Amino acid sequence: MCSTCGCGGEDATTRVTLVEGPEQAQPHGHAHLHDHPHDHDHAHDHDHATRTVLLEQDILAKNDLLAAATRHRLAERSITAINLMSSPGSGKTTLLERTITDIGDRRETLVIEGDQETWLDAQRIRATGRKVVQINTGAGCHLDAEMLGRGLTELDPPDGSLVFVENVGNLVCPALFDLGESARVVIISVTEGADKPAKYPYMFRTADLVLLNKVDLLPYVDFDVDLCLDLIHRLQPDVEMLPVSATRGDGLDAWHEWLANRSAATVLQ
Amino acid sequence: MARHTVGSVHELAITESIVDAIVEKIGDGPVAAVRLEIGRLSGVVTDSIRFCFGIVAVGTGLDGARLDIDEPPGRAYCRDCRREFALDDPIMLCDCGSADLDILAGQELRIVSVEVR
Ligand SMILES: Nc1nc2c(ncn2[C@@H]2O[C@H](COP(=O)(O)OP(=O)(O)OP(=O)(O)O)[C@@H](O)[C@H]2O)c(=O)[nH]1
Ligand SMILES: [Mg+2]
Ligand SMILES: [Zn+2]
Repeated sequence: MCSTCGCGGEDATTRVTLVEGPEQAQPHGHAHLHDHPHDHDHAHDHDHATRTVLLEQDILAKNDLLAAATRHRLAERSITAINLMSSPGSGKTTLLERTITDIGDRRETLVIEGDQETWLDAQRIRATGRKVVQINTGAGCHLDAEMLGRGLTELDPPDGSLVFVENVGNLVCPALFDLGESARVVIISVTEGADKPAKYPYMFRTADLVLLNKVDLLPYVDFDVDLCLDLIHRLQPDVEMLPVSATRGDGLDAWHEWLANRSAATVLQ
Repeated sequence: MARHTVGSVHELAITESIVDAIVEKIGDGPVAAVRLEIGRLSGVVTDSIRFCFGIVAVGTGLDGARLDIDEPPGRAYCRDCRREFALDDPIMLCDCGSADLDILAGQELRIVSVEVR
C-alpha cells in the first residue's frame, strides 16, 4: 500500500535493487499520480444491528511472524545479520565501510542499505567490493520484516556470512519493527547531544549494543559520556556502550570482538 | 501522559497493519467499529493512528468505521525492591532508583474486536 495516500499495491513504493557498480544509472523516482476518484457518497445506515467479532490479535503479528521466519532461516545457515540504526548522519555507512575493510577476507560480508531515496550509500559500499542491495522505502521511514526478507532473497548471502543492514536514518520508527535480525546495534554520535537516550527511549530499549561514534570530536563538543551511559542504563541496565571513531579507528577492536561473540551466539547449535 | 512526540510515519505503517489484519480476518464487508488496545508505553501515538486510519481505510470495508481505542496505563514490578507500581513515563525507573523492572502492562498493541454490520 502506498504510504502517502493508502492506495495501490504494496510494491509500488518499496524498491529492492542489487547495486552492481557506480556506473549503474539509478532510475528516476517513480511518478505517482494521486488523481484516482473515490466515491465517498455511500450511505451508511447506522440503525443496522451489528455483531461483535473478537480478534484479540497483536497489531504487529504479521511483521513479527515474518521476522521469526527470517531469524530461523538465518540461524540455520549460520548467517549473522546486524541491524544498524541511528539518526541521519551518525556514521552508519562510514562505520560499515571501515568495518568491512578491516574484516577483509576473514569472513564473507554483505550489506543491505535502507534509505528513502538514492543509491548513494549502496554505491559507497559497492566501492569496497562487497555485494550490496539497496532498499528504497519511498515515503516509508523504516525497514520492516517483509522488506528485509525481500532484500535477503535478492542479496542471497552464502552460509556463514555476515550481513549488515543499514536501517533508514531515524531514531523513532525502526524501534518498533523486528526485522528478524540477529542483533540490533544503535549508533549515537557525540555531536548529537547526550540526551538522545532520554528523548528516544524506545530505540535504546531494544538495542543489543550502543556504539558512541565520533569520539575523535569529544575535545570539541560538550558531550557528557557518563550522563549518556547513565540514561541508557536507566532504559536497559545491562546493555554495553562502546566508544568508537569510525574515521580515526578508536575502539574498533572491541567492536570486532563484540561482532565475533555475537556471531557465535546466534548460530544454531 | 505528557507526550510531545509528533506522530511519525510508523503510525502509518501500524495503521496499515491494523487494516490489513482485519480485512484478512473478516473480508471486505462493512465494519461499524474497531476496538484497539494501545498501551501508554507502546511508543505509538493514538491521535496519529486516528488520523492515518481515515486515510488508510478508504476503499475497504473499514471506511468510516468508528475507532474505539483503550489506552491501558503502564504498570511495572521492581525486582530490586519487590514492589509493583504505576508507570506513565517511557523512561522506566522505580522510586528506589532501579531500572531492573518487569513491565506488566502498558505495552499493548492489539486489535481487540470489530463490530460488523
Ligand atoms: N569526525 C568524525 N566524523 C565521522 C565519523 N563517522 C562518520 N563521520 C562523518 O559523519 C558524516 C555522516 O556519515 P555517514 O556515514 O554518511 O552517516 P550515516 O549514518 O550513514 O548517514 P545516513 O545514511 O544519511 O543516515 C560524514 O561526513 C562522515 O565522514 C567519526 O567517527 N568521526
Ligand atoms: Mg548511510
Ligand atoms: Zn524499586
